[in-house]
Order: sequence, then C-alpha cells, then structure tokens
Amino acid sequence: MTETTETAEPSLDLLYSETEDDLRAAVRALLTDRAGHQDLLGRIETDSPYVPGLWKSLAGDIGVAGLLVPEKLGGQGASHREAAVVLEELGRAVTPLPYLTSAVVATETLLALAGESDAAAGLLAELAGGRTVAVLAVPLSTAPEAELPLGESVAAVADATAADVFLVLRADGLYAVPADEATVEPQTPLDLTRPLAAVTTGAGSGARLAGPDAARAAVRRGLLAGAGLLASEQLGLAEWCLEETVRYTRERHQFNRPVGSFQALKHRMAQLWLDLVGARAAARAAADALATGSADAPLIVAVAQAHCSKVAVRAAEECVQLHGGIGMTWEHPAHLALKRAKSDQIALGSTGRHQDAIAALVDLPAPA
Amino acid sequence: MTDAEELLVRTRKLLDEHPPATTDRTDFLRARFDAGLAWVHYPVGLGGLDAPRALQAVVDAELAAAGAPDNDPRKIGIGLGMAAPTVLAHGTDEVKRRFLRPLWVGEEVWCQLFSEPGAGSDLAALATRAVRDGEDWVVDGQKVWTSSAHTARWAILIARTDPDAPKHRGITYFVCDMTDPGVEVRPLRQITGEAEFNEVFLTGVRIPDAHRLGEIGDGWRVAQTTLMNERVSIGGARIPREGGMIGKVATTWRERPELRTHDLHRRLLDHWVDAEVARLAGERLRQQLVAGRPGPEGSAMKLAFARLNQAISGLEVELLGDEGLLYGEWEMRRPELVDFTGRDAGYRYLRSKGNSIEGGTSEVLLNIVAERVLGLPPEPRNDKDVAWKDLAR
Ligand SMILES: Cc1cc2nc3c(=O)[nH]c(=O)nc-3n(C[C@H](O)[C@H](O)[C@H](O)COP(=O)(O)OP(=O)(O)OC[C@H]3O[C@@H](n4cnc5c(N)ncnc54)[C@H](O)[C@@H]3O)c2cc1C
Repeated sequence: MTETTETAEPSLDLLYSETEDDLRAAVRALLTDRAGHQDLLGRIETDSPYVPGLWKSLAGDIGVAGLLVPEKLGGQGASHREAAVVLEELGRAVTPLPYLTSAVVATETLLALAGESDAAAGLLAELAGGRTVAVLAVPLSTAPEAELPLGESVAAVADATAADVFLVLRADGLYAVPADEATVEPQTPLDLTRPLAAVTTGAGSGARLAGPDAARAAVRRGLLAGAGLLASEQLGLAEWCLEETVRYTRERHQFNRPVGSFQALKHRMAQLWLDLVGARAAARAAADALATGSADAPLIVAVAQAHCSKVAVRAAEECVQLHGGIGMTWEHPAHLALKRAKSDQIALGSTGRHQDAIAALVDLPAPA
Repeated sequence: MTDAEELLVRTRKLLDEHPPATTDRTDFLRARFDAGLAWVHYPVGLGGLDAPRALQAVVDAELAAAGAPDNDPRKIGIGLGMAAPTVLAHGTDEVKRRFLRPLWVGEEVWCQLFSEPGAGSDLAALATRAVRDGEDWVVDGQKVWTSSAHTARWAILIARTDPDAPKHRGITYFVCDMTDPGVEVRPLRQITGEAEFNEVFLTGVRIPDAHRLGEIGDGWRVAQTTLMNERVSIGGARIPREGGMIGKVATTWRERPELRTHDLHRRLLDHWVDAEVARLAGERLRQQLVAGRPGPEGSAMKLAFARLNQAISGLEVELLGDEGLLYGEWEMRRPELVDFTGRDAGYRYLRSKGNSIEGGTSEVLLNIVAERVLGLPPEPRNDKDVAWKDLAR
C-alpha cells in the first residue's frame, strides 16, 4: 500500500440513523405542505420571500433551531448530523429560512462563547428556542479561514432582513447589536431565496460578548460549521434537480420516444448520480466530523465544500438544460435551484479558497 | 450463528496451532480454510462458518496483527471475486468441495473465458459452441482478452449450446480445464508492452457434464452471478487517505518542488478532492454493506475509480516533464499479477486506460445506472426474440 500523510484518520459514521430519518420525514412533510415551489415562485418578488409562520413552526414546533445547542443551554442536544439532515431538506425545497445563518453559523459562534459569557449563553437560549434570529454580520462569501472583515458597514449579509440581532466583529471583540439599532439596506440578490442586505451598525452600539481573540476563534468556528453543513444543503438541492430531471425526461416525448431514452441524456444523468454518491459521502463526512469535534474537521469540511459546490451547480445546470425551453421559464422552479446553487458556490468560501485550505492542510504547496 | 467473540477465539486457536513464523505459507492458508476462517460467510466445510460477511474484518485484523500470510487476492482475483461465488451458488456439492479450497489458498489460479472477438459488451452474442457427446461436452471457439489464462489452472467458460434459441437463452456455463490438450493460449500483447491477457483457442475441448454450473441453457443467468460479483468486489476494501494513484503524485509533488506549476497545482488539488471523495464514498458503501443495507453504489465505484485513475495518472506524466517522456521498458513480459499502481508513471497512465474497459465498459455501466438505478427508459432493441443464428454478425 502507498504511504499516507495522516496516520490517525478518525473513522466517520457516514450513514443516517433512524432518528435522522424521522427528522427528515417531519421536515419534508412540513415543507411540502407549507413551502412548495409554486408557493415560493409567487413569493420571490414580494418584499420578503420568507413564508410567514414557517420559521415558528419549524424552529418552535419541530425544534430544529436548537439542534446544535446542548439541553442545559436550552437546545435539543442533538448534533451537526441532524442539522445536516434539516439542511438537506431545506436545500431540496430551496426554502428561504434563516436556518444556515442563525441556527448554524450564529449559533455555533455563540456556542464557542457560552462558557465564558452569560450574555452569549442567554442569546443562545433564545436562538435555540426559535424566538430570536441572529445573523453574523459578515459577507455571505466569507470563508472559515479568510481574513475576517471588521466593520460597521458590511454588504451582502445573508438573511439580514430576518434578523433580530446582529453579531458584529470589531477590533476589540464581538458585539450583539439589536436589529433596531442597525441600518439594513436590502440588495437585489442573484439567489432570490436567500435575501442579502448591507448592514450598518453604529460604532460602540450593542453589548460586547467577547474580547478580540475569543471573538475571532468563535467566528471561525461558526463559519467552519456553516461551510460544513452548507454541503448538505447543496446535496439536497442536487438531489432534487436530478430526481426532477429524471421524472421530466421520462415523460417528455420527442421523436416518438421519451427523451430520457436517448443515451446521450441517460449518461449525463447517470454521471450526475455518480457525483451525488460522492457528494452524499462527503457531506455526511463533514457533518460527522463536526459532530464529533474531530481534528480532521477543517480538512473534511473543505473537501465537502470543494466537491458539493460543484455538484450542486452541475446538477442545477443540467436540470435547466435537460428541461429544454421549460427550464428557462420563470414559472418553472429549475431557476430557483440554479440561482441557489450558484450563490452557494460562493457562500462561505469559493471552491478555490477551499482548495487552498486543503493544500495547506495536507502539504501540497503551490509553486514558489 | 457465529459472533465476533467466537471468531476471535477460533482465530487465536488457529494462530496457536499454526504459528505463522514457523508454518509454511500454503500449510497455514489450508489450515485457515479448514478452520472456516477463509471467508466466514461461506458455509461450514467450504472455508466458512455461515457467519455475517461483515465479521470477516475481525478475523483479518487479528491475523494481520499476528503477521499471518494473506492469500494475495491480486494474483487470484478472478477466482476469488468471480469464480468462487458462482461455484458456490450453482455448483454441485462435489464441485464446490473440489474447487473452492485450492482456489482460496491460491494453489489454483482461475481465468474467465467470456469475451470473444465478436462478443464484448454484447456478451450474450457469443459464438463459442458446446455440443453434447455422451457424458461430455465438446467445445470449439475462440476467446479473447483473457487475463491470466497463461497462469490459470481452471476457467469459467460460457458457450452456446442452442443456436436456435434467442441469444440470452441458448448459453450454458462450464468450468473448463486449462490443461486440456484442446486449449491453446497465445499471449496478446497490450498497450503497456506486456501481455497480461491472451487469446484462447478452444478446439475439441472435452468438458465433463459434471463440470457444468447451472442448468443447460441457463448460462446467462449463472453469468449474472459472476458479473454482479465482478463489480461488487471492487468497492469492498478500506483505503487510507492518499491510498492508490493520488498518493504517488502527491509524494512526487512534495519531493520535487522544481516540477511545480500553478496550472498543475490546481489540477492536482481537483484530483486530490475527487480521490478523497471517492474514498469516502467507498467507505460509505462499506458501512452500508456492514449494516446489511447494500445500495446500488457498487457500480458507481468502478466508474469513479476508472475516471480518477486515468485523470491522475495523466497528470502525473505531465508533472514529470522530461522524465514523463521516458518509459521504463517495452520488453514483452508475462506478469503473474495485475499491478495497477506499480512500475512507473507511463505504465500507470497506459494501464489505467483498461480500467474503463475491463469488467464492463464505463459506457455500459452508465447505461446500467441510468436504467436500473434511475429508472430511465431502455434503449430500443432489435435482438429480442430472434434466434441467435439469425442475428447479424
Ligand atoms: C485489461 C483487460 C482485461 C480483460 N480481461 C478479461 C478477461 O479476463 N476475461 C474476459 O472474458 N474478458 C476480459 N476483458 C474484455 C472486456 O470485458 C471487454 O473488452 C469489454 O467487455 C468490452 O468489450 P469489447 O472490447 O468487445 O468492446 P465493444 O463492446 O466492442 O465496445 C466498443 C465501444 O463501444 C461502446 N459500447 C458498446 N456497447 C455500447 C452500448 N450499448 N452503449 C454505449 N456504448 C457502447 C463501448 O463502451 C466501447 O467504447 C478484458 C479487457 C481488458 C481491457
């Protein structure tokens, strides 16, 4: 056998548990009922794409907002594995909800501080109960290991219009700034299902949660969890695209045959399925590595992002192409998936950035 | 039922009675077979204990730790991966007892006489004839691309026994003795310069009816056992990170900074990610098998590894620059075992081209995924319900 760089590779659980399957069924049923694609198409050009009351049902009734939070801090005491399953379903349905931003990135950031800061712990309990939505005020594109942007004025903040509280990184630490003390200017997003806004907070506003070093470490941890679990959103989205494309091409007839019986198309769909097999393994690996706090997590997360981003974009692009004219039509949901997939590719670090992280972690340096 | 605990006890007993350090390799492997620790999911008396397949790992780990010899699956891959499950599923008791032990121990190498000049992907079109003569069958025909025919003692063979039936229905499955005087093996040199596979000419070869597997005319169904196992046998093993081709290039990259360019760096990272993802997918497949929930992912793994091996070995040749212009040796050799990652970068590049052809081409596997996994409509066919002898060839 060939030599390996990593001697102690932790073994990862890449399957789904029964609890996870049950959670998936509950989330899917609720989304099918309340947030179908047709409903979404009617909503994306209004002031807010969020389905009224959906967050309350999902976060409060099913309890998904607090999955990452231990019970003693007011959460469900589950893990990244379960949160990943929720994100797969949100990805399938391209649901506009501040789940990734609030229940993952902001929550994970606060989890890093909850032991030291009562204010952080208190805010965390509110997030876990689904009563409050918090958003980390950084651009959606920020990668886990990137130079962290400081500031009073940040553009392209995802779900800012849904936030009750902003977590703001300043030179001297992390602050919780109530949304009514901030200026939120909506921007027109490529992905209409994940609203973006420029957020300006007054210097010195809000309550300080942590000093500079702890703040940075916490934000990085939040972004790492976000990037790792985004892979599951991308997986769910890609899966929907493939299923829908298979369904459509089996039914659509041209040249007196279902178009799905043409080998050129069959091979493209089979290839996508192959990519999805990989994406599922990679996304599960990232969720499990985060759940167990594995030292390998930064590498596995970067691998999952580098792969799942590409797969989601390819699946959505193929979905549009293989649907033909209907795929270019506003009334058909394919474009919702394409826009989400393309902006997910940039979200929490581009493919290239994740590859750079991998190069550093496994010692494959760039040319001098 | 045998559990992990009991397997460990049996394994330690085997090690006590046959200390690897002082026991001859073949003797140890025979004893291991007789103890039921060869393939634990096989029946008692045939090298197994009717135990869950997943528990094999327990035995293997214990034996490896004790420095016990292994039965070198690279050399006997066709026997282990394909002949054995077919013999087990379709052979008589006598056939099973005769063949399985020397097969597993590696004393007898097997080859697969399936492909013919006129029947590759369309294997059911095969033309090699088997005609009944008393208690024997007399076989005439030509097979091609037969790996290991030059070292094999036995072959699994499919031949046409009823030319009047439609092509899938007139085939019968046999075990063929490669030492029979009517068997002629000629080396077929391949792209790498060596001759790993062969042409095999069968002239008046007599096969006793006792060496038939399954019913007369039912050979296509029997062959499905073989072909399914051919694909499954690929995804089973655990690979460490950077195991396989990617490890070779990564090592060269680390040790030879003067070769690095920005373009190659990006592509290397692309492949590194793909290799790691394929490894994780293989690991997930293994976990599904262990949990008793096998999925269709097995056929995905062969496709993924073929593409990956070809892309990575291609990059490796480029990375080496002037060295990549050179090739180890072209002298004709007849290797005893199939070695994908061995020798030099040029060899790996050329040999990996076979990964998308041998054992079913990638195109054919994509058809299978599209139709059986995704449920897409089949290709229109014009060879159904037509007697084989009336098909265009
Ligand atoms: C290294 C190596 C070792 C081998 N060892 C053995 C062995 O031990 N025993 C044995 O029996 N055989 C062996 N083979 C043969 C192998 O199984 C066949 O080569 C393979 O099944 C393809 O058949 P073919 O070569 O006739 O190609 P063809 O079937 O003629 O295919 C030619 C091209 O057409 C494509 N094609 C064919 N049908 C379709 C379709 N329906 N849709 C789309 N594309 C299609 C193929 O993908 C290929 O690209 C070996 C081959 C190699 C390369």
